[in-house]
Amino acid sequence: MSEESKKKIMFTVRKPPHGSIYVYEGLEVKLIMAAYDADISVVFMDDGVYALKAGQDTKELGIKGFEATYGVLVDYEIQKVFVDRQSMEARGLTEEDLLVIGEDEDTEEPIRPKMVDASEIASMMAEQHNILSF
Amino acid sequence: MKLAVCIYEGPYNHEASDSAYNFIKAAIAKGHEIRGIFFYHDGVYNVTRLMEPPQDDRHIANRWSELGATGIDIVVCIAAAKRRGIVDEVLVPNVRISGLGQLTMMAIEADRMVIFGD
Repeated sequence: MSEESKKKIMFTVRKPPHGSIYVYEGLEVKLIMAAYDADISVVFMDDGVYALKAGQDTKELGIKGFEATYGVLVDYEIQKVFVDRQSMEARGLTEEDLLVIGEDEDTEEPIRPKMVDASEIASMMAEQHNILSF
Repeated sequence: MKLAVCIYEGPYNHEASDSAYNFIKAAIAKGHEIRGIFFYHDGVYNVTRLMEPPQDDRHIANRWSELGATGIDIVVCIAAAKRRGIVDEVLVPNVRISGLGQLTMMAIEADRMVIFGD
């Protein structure tokens, strides 16, 4: 199926990564959906941006962390990963805090989520066939 | 319009299940098609036949089962269900356990995916 004819499906992640299971089970949905013929994108905003913070340690929480899985999103063919700039700034986070989600096939440069403004997110949302929030 | 509905929350504890049910009934009454209903997260608890609410309260699982009897595809996520002890043996009739691929197909085929939950 050509890129143009694929249905665009966006995931929004708005909740903090720990404290509830939404973000973790939401990640499972992304990994499955990426195997289908759909044009997948993911946007992290509000407290969801904490899910992209590098160096999470869930040992003391007694739960399995999932940062490692975010680290290979690109390997799962999930390349369109965005993070809301305003949400980052409001929480004192910068681009350097973001975890690596894969590496460029040619240059082997690390790939990080792309910081975008709310207006860019709005125009991407307007293009989607469906949006799922977690 | 072809609609798909996804429910994230358990019954009684949260209004998501009731809101979704009322939304679906209203959408059908308006002539819309329901492509499917998908239970995820704690939503998988909505369709266990082990629930036994007080008689003067609504029976949420039976309500979903009746909707399923009209031919609407109602799917419980297997991964979320296994985690929470929901298996085929405890399901009400007209509901099935399947994978996230079903949610994917609903998201692709429905004109709108409507999500109920926090």
